[in-house]
Amino acid sequence: MIQLESVTKTYPKAARPSLDNVSVGIDKGDFVFFIGPSGAGKSTIVKLLLHEVAPTRGRVIVNDKDVSTLRSWRIPHFRRTIGCVFQDFRLLPTRTAYENVAFALEVIGKTQAVARRVVPEVLELVGLGGKEHRYPHELSGGEQQRVAVARAFVNRPLILLADEPTGNLDPDTSIEIMRLLDRINRTGTTIVMVTHDSNIVNQMRRRVVEIEGGKIVRDQPRGVYG
Amino acid sequence: MRAKYVLSEVMVGLWRNVTMTVAMIITMAVSLTMLGASVVMYHQVDLMKKAFLSNVQVSIFLKTTVTPDQTQLLSTKIKGDSRISSVQFLDQTASYNQFKQQMAGDPQLLQSITPDQVPQSFRLKLKDPSEVSDIKAGYNDLPGVDQVIDQGSVLKRVFAVLGALQGLALTLAIAQGIAALLLVANTIQVAAYSKRREVAVMKLVGASNWFIQSPFVLEAMFAGVIGALIAYGGLVAAKFFLIDGSLKALQSLLGPVHWTTINLMLPLLLVVAALVSGITGWFTLRVYIKK
Repeated sequence: MIQLESVTKTYPKAARPSLDNVSVGIDKGDFVFFIGPSGAGKSTIVKLLLHEVAPTRGRVIVNDKDVSTLRSWRIPHFRRTIGCVFQDFRLLPTRTAYENVAFALEVIGKTQAVARRVVPEVLELVGLGGKEHRYPHELSGGEQQRVAVARAFVNRPLILLADEPTGNLDPDTSIEIMRLLDRINRTGTTIVMVTHDSNIVNQMRRRVVEIEGGKIVRDQPRGVYG
Repeated sequence: MRAKYVLSEVMVGLWRNVTMTVAMIITMAVSLTMLGASVVMYHQVDLMKKAFLSNVQVSIFLKTTVTPDQTQLLSTKIKGDSRISSVQFLDQTASYNQFKQQMAGDPQLLQSITPDQVPQSFRLKLKDPSEVSDIKAGYNDLPGVDQVIDQGSVLKRVFAVLGALQGLALTLAIAQGIAALLLVANTIQVAAYSKRREVAVMKLVGASNWFIQSPFVLEAMFAGVIGALIAYGGLVAAKFFLIDGSLKALQSLLGPVHWTTINLMLPLLLVVAALVSGITGWFTLRVYIKK
């Protein structure tokens, strides 16, 4: 599903590479934590998978396609197969929960009829039934992140990337979001989550890949934070 | 659905930024008016040149001391010259009569000149007006010839003045055009910034570049088109109030400016405005969105 092959990424003007000859494979349906201190290179992996940045060396293969050779005009279509959730939710403040999710469908050319059918379904799935018409500021942090998850999942992506999704949430709310991601994982969606929330990693007991100084220092099938 | 979305985004975008939009439209309109005016002028000068040059006459004035033999020789040479389409010989009486006509407003001058002081002349019409200087050189030094004068040299000075005016209008059009383009680029950047959250989400969920950019590009094109319409209105007003109004006297020199010429400017201005502002908007956004 996802394959990093000897990937090195050095940002311009950086003294040392953010990722240094990293190789890692993730199978379909996996749930993987990438952990490590700030600046270890975790977010660079997310950016590489989304093709926001290109690797300096090595290959990034997503869905059997070499992302690094993707022509720039193909990137939008490629991104439709990946859902994305961030620490800061990235919701549109002037749109309701329903509209935020529907927006993701409309801008890739889906009709309103499709949105009317699919959006309530996915909002129900993330546990926001009845709150469709609330604006982000009328929702709690956890609820906002659920909207973000709904938006990421509404296109039924093969992969869901979560970059510190619990970074702004209290421990209880974080657990709820993790349960939601777990449920989505059970539908067959591969989940790649970048975090330094040790609580969550220890509770979930999923595969843990630890990165430090741009190198993989640990890769455990049912790991803990360490 | 997509069209509706794009159109509503365009309208919202223009309204959100209304002062900038107005500034953009005004500079566009001024620039396009200048452009239209200089194109019309170019067209008029072209017409004028053709009209004048096809009628251009070369006069070969003979010395008062010319002998009949020399006149005969010149006449034969002119008639045998393939570059000359027609020739008319004015003897002293005919020349004097023409002179009297031209100087009818100045009786004193007329009185002081007698027919034998007026030179005889050949009046030539050329097949190709551009050969004037060759003809001039060929006849100037022949015996009995006083001087060869072509009307073209007078007209050339008139054309030089018109050309300078035209250049001025074009320079203004370009300067204004650059200002208009910078304004378009700036407006688009402001618009993109005010919608940066939407743009970020669209990029994230995989909206096509076309879809992300089209509302902004259409916004720029819309302003361009409005500018072009205003510029066309300006040209119509100029035709109405200036060309056919206070400057009517100039028409004898410049020739009438036809409505068809003015009306032809509308599609021209529309296309130029839409293309130029659209392309500017598109490039600005590409740079902006790539960040």
